[in-house]
Amino acid sequence: MPMPLLLLPVLLLCQASALSMPVEQARHLALRTGFGPTPAAVRRLSFLRYADAVDQLLAPIDSAAMTTPPAFLSQTVPDWKALAGMSTPEKKSFRRQRRENGEALKVWWYREMIATRQPFVERMTLFWHGHFTSSLRKVKTPSLLYRQNTLFRRHALGSYRDLLRRVARDPAMLIYLDNQSNRKGSPNENFARELLELFTLGEGHYTERDVKEAARAFTGRKADYRNGRFTFVKRLHDPGDKTFLGHRGRFGGDEIIDILLQHPRTAEHLVGKLWIEFISPSPEPDQVRQWAGLLRDSDYQLKPLLRAMLTSDAFRSSANRGILVKSPVELVVGIHRLLNTDVVDGGAVLRSARQLGQDILDPPNVKGWPTGNDWITSASLPARIGLIERATRGWEMQPPAMGNAAAVDPLAAMTRDLDITELQSMLLAAPPLEPPEPSDTLVEQLRSLLLDPVWQLK
Amino acid sequence: MNRRVFFQRCLALAALGFAQAPRAGQQRKVLVMLELKGGNDSLNTFVPYTDRAYFDLRPTIAIPPDQVIALDDRIGLNPALAALVPAWSAGELGLVQGLGYPQPNRSHFRSIEIWDTGSASNEHLDSGWLARALAGRPSSGHAVDGIVLGGNASPLTGSGINTVVMRNIHSLLRQAGRIDSHEVTTANPALQHILAVQSAIHRAADQIRTGLRHSNPELDGFPRTQIGRHLEDAARLILANVSAPVIKVSLGGFDTHGRQRRQHDSQLRKLAGALAAFRDNMMAHRRWGDVMVMSYSEFGRRAAENGSQGTDHGTAATHLVMGGRVRGGLFGDAPALDQLDRGDLVFTTDFRRLYNSVLTDWLDLPALYPPREHPSLGFIRS
Repeated sequence: MPMPLLLLPVLLLCQASALSMPVEQARHLALRTGFGPTPAAVRRLSFLRYADAVDQLLAPIDSAAMTTPPAFLSQTVPDWKALAGMSTPEKKSFRRQRRENGEALKVWWYREMIATRQPFVERMTLFWHGHFTSSLRKVKTPSLLYRQNTLFRRHALGSYRDLLRRVARDPAMLIYLDNQSNRKGSPNENFARELLELFTLGEGHYTERDVKEAARAFTGRKADYRNGRFTFVKRLHDPGDKTFLGHRGRFGGDEIIDILLQHPRTAEHLVGKLWIEFISPSPEPDQVRQWAGLLRDSDYQLKPLLRAMLTSDAFRSSANRGILVKSPVELVVGIHRLLNTDVVDGGAVLRSARQLGQDILDPPNVKGWPTGNDWITSASLPARIGLIERATRGWEMQPPAMGNAAAVDPLAAMTRDLDITELQSMLLAAPPLEPPEPSDTLVEQLRSLLLDPVWQLK
Repeated sequence: MNRRVFFQRCLALAALGFAQAPRAGQQRKVLVMLELKGGNDSLNTFVPYTDRAYFDLRPTIAIPPDQVIALDDRIGLNPALAALVPAWSAGELGLVQGLGYPQPNRSHFRSIEIWDTGSASNEHLDSGWLARALAGRPSSGHAVDGIVLGGNASPLTGSGINTVVMRNIHSLLRQAGRIDSHEVTTANPALQHILAVQSAIHRAADQIRTGLRHSNPELDGFPRTQIGRHLEDAARLILANVSAPVIKVSLGGFDTHGRQRRQHDSQLRKLAGALAAFRDNMMAHRRWGDVMVMSYSEFGRRAAENGSQGTDHGTAATHLVMGGRVRGGLFGDAPALDQLDRGDLVFTTDFRRLYNSVLTDWLDLPALYPPREHPSLGFIRS
């Protein structure tokens, strides 16, 4: 419908005053809650009032992934005890296929993170994966890790109570933490130990006795070897009286979790980790305690907590900008999203991130991955910059994402509408160490921003 | 391209720069730290093969006595460590028994933190014990204080020292060219860290290139395992007089909760093969007397086996020291298997004694802990 000429100036006026938050703030929010901003994403955010932008991030999510999961998932989960009955060549072939499926699963998740319209949901899914670690190396069956990943995505912004209960029944987790061997009379403490140390209270707030008693409560919970589903084997369960954190009763796993959620340290521990993930390397104890109270008061619903964190002075403070380090996954996903490129060589993407120290679905140990400055070492820093170099060189070797008919240099596209100053404020968390050379072409200047050490930060 | 050709090319390139011969007396002593990741089961490594309790506690996973390589009438080696026998026979392999600390912690992360920071169990320190020991000493010629091959630089992490982490020498030299140096001051702690890392890479690469210019040693017989490659690179660095006093390597796979024998024996075999090749090569180049290897791990494992033919996290453990000037033999006391503390070995030697011994007797540095409480173990021949 043709726009009446009279209305045009009015609309333009509205456009100008609709810039509702400074670009720096929009960039900071996008950087911290996504995978590295695109100028388009930052611009979209900047038209909103800050509180509305946060609400949008926390709006009801599409709990399903948007990309097609790998084909092997439609096959039935193999009975892994059948492995024992196979001939050697059959075993070899089975293991090779399983490894390939595992790689396909990792590549799929990268595709999802690159394509998603809900980057904050994927960031939280990644956070839960680092918090409730399991590894493909140990669990071996990729479909179990896929189901765990789906669990994290569905509950990414939901209830920590729900998440914890479901994780305690998750087949991948039960295998990873050796609960398969946890049985009445011969307990295996691994799951209970990590439940207390990593998922809830944190070190120093329980005794070895608590670990042993909790282990007894989780006896009988297993992954069924026939189909990979959760099963509770009653005869393996120790139903007797347990004394846990001063409480006494014939506790099963759910009761242990309830007791843990009543303990103030659980919320504090989780809030501390979220602080380190989203705000700064040093949580402020008073604020953490206050937010922990908020989390408990909302019965562990995450959205009120996340809203409080993202709208807080601590999060928004300019002193806290650019002081966090992008994780390897954020770096890899971020450059793909920025350049609007698809994953062509999945193996190469996995190798890049592995070289930087992060192999998704295979964390190095139960505690997950390092955070902050630990990502940057004399070994990883050159590799991180090399990744950006390769990605921004030879655009003609990277086909555009699906749906882009024309092979357009994405760097050139960005520089069409924005000058270098605007691009700098939309992309970098802090001024570059080496300002772009004004005599260079705009595309070259943009490239130098991405190669600057400051691009590594958020 | 094979590694020798690569290094020859490095020499050729480096010759374009100005030459710098190593100063006389620059051949300093080197400590090679060997981290066994996961909590090494030292009862199955250094086996109390004449103790009945050992077999009672481990009905399925004990090393059969006829397979044990006896060192004396009480302790023997897991046969997977056969490659270490020459070092023992030459009196260059020491076993420090019962290493641990009061109020032991059985969490991987907390316990390795205790060992790496050299703290007490209820203390939280921010820096590595070697970082504190090395900081503030006259650093003439030391552009690099610590080199970490692989991961976990924690013992060498702290202010006042320069530690370089590398996958291997090849990778460091190839990638150092990518990094530019920036002379900038900033209040942003993350940016400060990046700048520091960049400088360290530059300095390390420069020093290594300079050192390699004057030496391209023939190295031979290192196994093609990751630990073999790490120790080969360590040998190359030492022989190139890259004068970092500490080089750290590590080997994983020691968290043997289930079906232990296969996994554990395999890792021990790799370890012994690499250490033996390291010793042989250092001896061939007459530098074995300048080198000392020390192993450590976050904890030992429970005395009894668990229900999955493995062992759970424990406490005290025996570790090895090995070198041309190491006094071979047993140090400290083996924890009694009939006096366990709720299933765990009771430590007899505080690990801080090991640290003090290494610092004062080997690296010629002041002790980190009060010598009266943590006296030297005396495993270096004077």
